[in-house]
Amino acid sequence: MHEMAICENIRVLIEEQARTQHFSRVERVCLEIGALSGVEVEALRFGFDVVMRGSVAADARLDIVETAGTAWCLPCAVTVTIGRRYDPCPRCGSHQIQVTGGEEMKIRELEVT
Amino acid sequence: MSQARLIQLEADILGKNNGYAAANRARFAEAGILALNLVSSPGSGKTALLCRTLDMLAGEFPCAVVEGDQQTSADADRIRATGAPAIQINTGKGCHLDGHMVGHAVDHLHPADGSVLFIENVGNLVCPAAFDLGEAHKVAILSVTEGEDKPLKYPDMFAAADLVLINKTDLLPHLDFDVELAMANARRVNHRVRLLKVSARTGEGMQAWLDWVRGARLMALSGRPSQAAE
Ligand SMILES: Nc1nc2c(ncn2[C@@H]2O[C@H](COP(=O)(O)OP(=O)(O)OP(=O)(O)O)[C@@H](O)[C@H]2O)c(=O)[nH]1
Ligand SMILES: [Mg+2]
Ligand SMILES: [Zn+2]
Ligand SMILES: [Zn+2]
Ligand SMILES: [Zn+2]
Repeated sequence: MHEMAICENIRVLIEEQARTQHFSRVERVCLEIGALSGVEVEALRFGFDVVMRGSVAADARLDIVETAGTAWCLPCAVTVTIGRRYDPCPRCGSHQIQVTGGEEMKIRELEVT
Repeated sequence: MSQARLIQLEADILGKNNGYAAANRARFAEAGILALNLVSSPGSGKTALLCRTLDMLAGEFPCAVVEGDQQTSADADRIRATGAPAIQINTGKGCHLDGHMVGHAVDHLHPADGSVLFIENVGNLVCPAAFDLGEAHKVAILSVTEGEDKPLKYPDMFAAADLVLINKTDLLPHLDFDVELAMANARRVNHRVRLLKVSARTGEGMQAWLDWVRGARLMALSGRPSQAAE
């Protein structure tokens, strides 16, 4: 459900680009999705095909670059990698951590004709 | 057949929504309006809590309500019965409010300067976390008839909330809901979160919540850009 809403936003952005950058077909879409963005990549792939039907990006190939979740651990005073938002610090087990990266959701590039 | 070319976009997928939200936020800041985005799963008591809140705050300062609902206008009718102005946004199949919808709702509602604008989001613990409306704070409501593990199952929502209201505490004697565990789970995903126990039914704990609203409203008022210039 959430991923469908994200795909609708992607479609709007792509169609806007099609008008301003003058292309009629998208061959490939490359997204950057952070591990902590709350998006399920599999659900996003499914939603993408459904939502892009009838648009300039119908049948486009979808590449997804998944970026790691990172956080600053207060007790350790270092940046650590976390897989999910509520994971503790992998070094000390503390929950006193502040997410610093991995929340992004971006369209990196489009291959168009 | 034209040549394939590459467009380097680096565009935030939610950038458009963030733009609308930023415009709303600037407008609220200028008018000293405190906007609160109330989020929860369906039926946790957002509307009941709002009705009681509006009754208790009546006459103290102006309040207005934006009601998000997929289908009906029943919630806005319940709010208007308290005397507060309310506008309903029907999202249809859309499962969350977005910054654009809220901007238009505020155009119609015209909340007075210095008022508190309560926005009841669609009952959904997933996407409302990602769609900024321009609010000062997200307030998550978790009722004791839900599981203690809700904050762990929906960490994005609980991480985005500044305040969690544990509602329906009047039912605790009849349930084996572990309030301490629910609060510990909320702190696990958000170690700065504030937690308050309330019952919209009996009014228990409501004063602490109203005090929180009063405090946040004063921050919105004193933070007005025009005041800073004076
Ligand atoms: N016992 C008890 N029941 C409550 C309390 N607060 C709300 N309820 C009941 O819970 C049900 C749902 O309340 P609503 O206020 O409609 O919940 P909501 O979150 O606005 O629901 P949606 O808008 O549909 O997501 C109603 O039957 C309320 O009477 C409470 O503090 N105690
Ligand atoms: Mg409601
Ligand atoms: Zn650590
Ligand atoms: Zn949604
Ligand atoms: Zn508009």
